[in-house]
Amino acid sequence: MSTAQHIEPQGPRPHGWFEWERFVVYAFLILTSLYFLLPLYIVLITSTKNLEEIAQGNLFVPSLHPTFAPWYRAWFEICTGLECKGIHPNFMNSVIITVPSVIVSIAVAITTGYALNNWPFRFSEGFFTILIIGSFVPYQVMLFPMVLLTKNMGIYSTLYAVIFVHTVFGLPILTLLFRNYFASLPVELFKAARVDGAGFWRILFQVFLPMSVPMLTVAVILQVTGIWNDFLFGVVFAGLQNYPMTVKLNNIFTSTMGVKEYNVEMAATMLTGAVPLLIYFLSGRYFVRGIAAGAVKG
Amino acid sequence: MCFILAAGVWNAPYRNFSSKLASVPMMFIAMFAFIGCSLWTIAFSFSDAQSFPIFRNFVGLYNYRVKLFADSVWWTACINAVIYLVLVTTIEFILGFLIAVFMDQKVRAEGVFRTIYLYPFALSFIVTGHVWAWIMSPEYGLEKSVRNMGWTSFTFDWITDPNRSIYAVVIAGIWQGTGLVMALMLAGLRGVDEEVWKAARVDGIPKWRTYLQIVLPMMRPVMITTFVIVASGCVRVYDIVVALTDGGPGTSSKVPAQYVYQYLFQGGLARGLAASTMMLLASAVILIPWIYVEFVKGKQTR
Repeated sequence: MSTAQHIEPQGPRPHGWFEWERFVVYAFLILTSLYFLLPLYIVLITSTKNLEEIAQGNLFVPSLHPTFAPWYRAWFEICTGLECKGIHPNFMNSVIITVPSVIVSIAVAITTGYALNNWPFRFSEGFFTILIIGSFVPYQVMLFPMVLLTKNMGIYSTLYAVIFVHTVFGLPILTLLFRNYFASLPVELFKAARVDGAGFWRILFQVFLPMSVPMLTVAVILQVTGIWNDFLFGVVFAGLQNYPMTVKLNNIFTSTMGVKEYNVEMAATMLTGAVPLLIYFLSGRYFVRGIAAGAVKG
Repeated sequence: MCFILAAGVWNAPYRNFSSKLASVPMMFIAMFAFIGCSLWTIAFSFSDAQSFPIFRNFVGLYNYRVKLFADSVWWTACINAVIYLVLVTTIEFILGFLIAVFMDQKVRAEGVFRTIYLYPFALSFIVTGHVWAWIMSPEYGLEKSVRNMGWTSFTFDWITDPNRSIYAVVIAGIWQGTGLVMALMLAGLRGVDEEVWKAARVDGIPKWRTYLQIVLPMMRPVMITTFVIVASGCVRVYDIVVALTDGGPGTSSKVPAQYVYQYLFQGGLARGLAASTMMLLASAVILIPWIYVEFVKGKQTR
């Protein structure tokens, strides 16, 4: 029994309910998260105040009589210049831009990623390297030639141009995403399909596509938020009538006609941020996976 | 492997034909959109094009020397970009790493904290800019609220102060981007081998020293990637400035991307192209060491 005395104690050291280290950790985390949460809180309470309450200037105090009238005005009535239709037509524009851009860019990227990974040919990696490096180059460098290109294609100042540009600039990162994902799948799958006589497209549609649902989710989240949040391409390529929500929001703030309705402006801001926020809160870990890859694009 | 399977069945140009066909969009985009458009911009920055892109005369470095470098607004924009880059990367790295380390202490409700730190990243820069413009507005925002609480001499008017407006942009930028740095660093921390921790504990090295002297150097690849992502984002910073200060007051918080936009679409095309070539150069300075490490050196050691 003497050996029992030599056994080292195992497991975590027992401790009381209060520990300084834990306290510091949580205090730090809570304090920093306040910095991140505060703006959301302020915007939410500002958008439900009336103008008199705003004029008093108590940023942190919620309204005594919260109202959703500013949200209604932002959606249906707020003016930019002479047009007073609110932000809802631009919500539709954003939807019309986002849906086809997402579908086309992902369809192209999934095929390219599969071709690169499973059917490499001479220079295929070279093209891909150009694509990845190009995705770090500031958009401003390629902006004007792209304008000329879309003008020559006859689609400048239409929604098609925006969709085209988003597809082009979305391709690098999405291709990278799918190429790496396909590389992580067991190669025997591909070999077996080849032995069974399936060709390029058949393997893509019957083997790889059904298996890429998790990556598809990541790609959709990445693209929807990315395209929804875009400002530059919207303002350059869409044309006055087709402005997406972000461009319209900015115009609401810069148009100087009449009284400034800060509560309505904040409601419009929340409405513009609502779609990506909703996707973010619903998708959780998929979003985190997506941004790690898509951060390049930001 | 597929080369072997296809060999002998197809002649070389037709080998992998479907794959080549499927890669046409990629080749087109790589060659025309990325290389072609960049070369076009560089070439036309040496022309005297004003509002129409016709290459009439080669004017050498005229657009750079006489137009761009002689313009004080351009230098303001460049200095602002440098201030933004230095402050945003430094603060985001320190804050992001600290939060990641604290998150790594097996905290409860880690998911909740992560959600809070990252949600700004889901928002558009335009949204972020206007939200912070509201908070920092001297008339209605933080300044007035604090004064109402009794501290009547409190001033926080950075967005209307020409000497400080770029720092207002920095605050909003950090708010949006720190979550991303935190997420990447946390992933890096989780990637550190558990054995390293055990060894450090056996040697009796305190936790903070393990983080600083062992784990941090081990995370160099993550750091480099994060730096490239954050820094190349800073070079092209645009939307957030447009929304927050629109380059003002005056031109005090203008950034290069705004300068480029202004000249590309409001006359003085060649000057705009020259400015965007300078932006390309700036991102090349950040990218080339990374490309070297990632693609050239990495291949050699493999």
